[in-house]
Amino acid sequence: MLRAKPINGDLLELQKEIQGYADEFGLDYFPQVFEMCDYDTINILAAQGGFPIRYPHWKFGMDYDQLSKGYRFGLQKIYEMVINTNPCYAYLLEVNNWLDQKLVMAHVYGHNDFFKNNMWFSNTNRKMMDVMANHGTKIRRYMEKYGQEKVENFIDKALSIENLLDINHLFETSEVLESRRTKNELARMEGENNGYVVDDRSQALKSFMRGQEKIHKEVRTDEEDVVAEKNLAKGERDIMRFLIQHAPIEEWQADVLGCIREEAYYFLPQRITKIMNEGWASYWHSTIMTTRAMNPNEFIDFADKHAGVMVMSKQNINPYKIGIELFRDIEFRWNTGRFGKEFNECQSLEEKENWNKNLGLGREKIFEVRKSHNDISFIDEFLTPEFCNRQQLFTYKFNPRTSRMEVDTRDFQAIKQKLLTQLTNFGQPLIQVEDANFMNRKELLLKHVHQGVDLDMQFASQTMSNIFAIWKRPVSLSTQYEDKEVVFQFDGKELKQLNK
Amino acid sequence: MDHPIKRDHARFRKIVKGKVRDNLRKYVSQGQQIIPKGNDKFTVPMPSIDIPRFKFGDKSEGGTGQGDGQQGDPVDGEPGEGQPGEGEAGEGEGNKELEVEMGVEELAKILGEELELPNIEPKGKQQIASTVDKYTSIGTVGPDSLKHLKRTYKQALKRQMATGIYDPNNPRVIPIRGDYRYRSADTKIEMENSAVVIYMMDVSGSMGEEQKEIVRTESFWINLWLKSQYKDIDIRYIIHDATAKEVEEETFFRTRESGGTLISSALKLCKHIIETDYDPNEWNIYPFHFSDGDNWSADDTKMCLSLLDDHILPASNMFCYGQVESRYGSGQFYKDLNARYHQDHEKVILSKIKNKDAILDSIKEFLGKGK
Repeated sequence: MLRAKPINGDLLELQKEIQGYADEFGLDYFPQVFEMCDYDTINILAAQGGFPIRYPHWKFGMDYDQLSKGYRFGLQKIYEMVINTNPCYAYLLEVNNWLDQKLVMAHVYGHNDFFKNNMWFSNTNRKMMDVMANHGTKIRRYMEKYGQEKVENFIDKALSIENLLDINHLFETSEVLESRRTKNELARMEGENNGYVVDDRSQALKSFMRGQEKIHKEVRTDEEDVVAEKNLAKGERDIMRFLIQHAPIEEWQADVLGCIREEAYYFLPQRITKIMNEGWASYWHSTIMTTRAMNPNEFIDFADKHAGVMVMSKQNINPYKIGIELFRDIEFRWNTGRFGKEFNECQSLEEKENWNKNLGLGREKIFEVRKSHNDISFIDEFLTPEFCNRQQLFTYKFNPRTSRMEVDTRDFQAIKQKLLTQLTNFGQPLIQVEDANFMNRKELLLKHVHQGVDLDMQFASQTMSNIFAIWKRPVSLSTQYEDKEVVFQFDGKELKQLNK
Repeated sequence: MDHPIKRDHARFRKIVKGKVRDNLRKYVSQGQQIIPKGNDKFTVPMPSIDIPRFKFGDKSEGGTGQGDGQQGDPVDGEPGEGQPGEGEAGEGEGNKELEVEMGVEELAKILGEELELPNIEPKGKQQIASTVDKYTSIGTVGPDSLKHLKRTYKQALKRQMATGIYDPNNPRVIPIRGDYRYRSADTKIEMENSAVVIYMMDVSGSMGEEQKEIVRTESFWINLWLKSQYKDIDIRYIIHDATAKEVEEETFFRTRESGGTLISSALKLCKHIIETDYDPNEWNIYPFHFSDGDNWSADDTKMCLSLLDDHILPASNMFCYGQVESRYGSGQFYKDLNARYHQDHEKVILSKIKNKDAILDSIKEFLGKGK
């Protein structure tokens, strides 16, 4: 089916060579497997997030459609694809020339090292190929049983909320999950106990009353459960987990939602380390190529290719460029000792400019940085005014008078703030559960934690209608809109504003 | 066996076309056709479906960029071009377009692939092989007009670096004689054949701007395809209301008359053009007629049919009639032609073009037979 084949011959030799350089530089990577494929195959893989098998869904077809068109019209070409698994799989494009393959391999070793060592990836499932394939099988089976339309429809709803993730979940090992569960259990029991005024009745009586209560509950539906959940669920940002546990959905639906959620969390570390990951890989392809792997006659073509990857844009920052430059800057600063109290408090500009303590700590420092940071802390800690200046960074904003985006400022703090804002919560609005029994009517109240930018209400309304389809009771959202505190409600028919 | 993604792909196409999953329709941003935009530039709309999510309202946000520029300088590079305001998020929302630069040949190829058009087998015995030069490779000699600048400078840079005269602080690259690279020709053999396309259009009052726009787009594609199939191609234009006259391309799409409609007048002129200029034994002849289906009288329609039967059809590869739907047109002429020639007639192809979205389907109907 897939036309990716393991590399052999000269390319295998090349891989050995590049891997030798990676070892020499101290990169620490999973076993690396390269496979060769044609452009159609690489488009398929790219459309499926790098994985050969996914669940059936039109969105993969859509991405494939767009990638193929882009390729056919000569607008974009995927050079390489690498996925976070152990062994680490990477795909090379058949039509690439020798220099491209060399560059790509060096780049891939950088990614591989990052996947293995960056702590935000530490809990990702490295057997994700199998997991994805299993999800495919599961969902195909549900489609056979319940009908394609029905299952696909539900997947659409699930995908509508797949960006509502809790980053902290990335560090929830099984123990953390366990302790949370017991905590919940305790809280629930406490809630029950509070119902009794005196608690010195006999065990027998207690157990009798419990039994009564249970029956009682079953009769009175699960209304009380919800009340209990209300307190516990408040502040929950893992919206999919919340719905799996508390929404009145069928088992297969909970299972499907679980699959989508697991996949979303798998990709999350990559979303919060885009600048670092690409920067790190670029740093290594550049270092390996220019100091080791490149033949003199490849130099100009390499420079051409590299410059193409690093190209800057006025509308976006290029993560490759900012990433590699920041790593280089850190290396330089730690080599020369341009950090710490003494340097920062130095008042002489001339002294600062020629500062060199010959510490030679640069390499060591960047390896440490790649281990413990994500994009936010990376920018927060290492972006300097000199760096912004050198990279010609600026912020821009919409000018309603001219109806254009215009350069706003080159002020360091403003740039840093803007970058951090864009990176906060991986660029997605922060949405959390506020009340699972809103208005005491089992309605769901979500809260958008407003951080300066309004939501797109058209999209929000449609998303709420999708959550309604899962929760099956009215869904409300409290947010700020045009500087006013507002609560919108979707009641199954239309979006209304509750507080006027 | 095909990869399963082909099924996802087929599913996506079906949703976009509205054949399944009606509830997703509202999220589809359409765009099925490629729109010509100036010289060798085309926009290729990418149909896409937006899964609704909580996301930030776009414009107010701003962002960060890299590069030069003063405060207040635009970052989108196109001064004066307004951003879409908030307004109602309609069909345009999230519509992705690619702006592409490419030669018409390539575009024709893509059209052919997209619509699965068969190559035309030209008729007539006058197929003479001739040689054509295609500039596809690079050489070290050639005239200045064919100099390949990028290759030349790359070569010069290489030489300067190799000989150590390149100075990164003063990065000047000056090609010398030996660095020059030129486009050079490969000779190919092509068949000598020629075709003529005769466009006829009803410009009476009932044909509005929208209808003409459809005809314009449709004829653009037809020309593109036929040009890719024939070495030489003539294109002639006839407009008519109650009388017909031959016009230039520009006039063809601009003219708006108000009189009645006698379709036979156009067909008569078409017959005349064929008889005087194009010997059917040497030319592949393609008459296309576009109207909204109104004709003055049944008698005139009768005359049309006999003109077609006795003169035009025997001379032509095929005769195409495209009926553009308009608010005023009765659509009678389509019915009359259909009654006479039916759907599977060898040389007559009839197509109804309801709106812009139907253009590609209609082109497929016209050109799908490979004649």
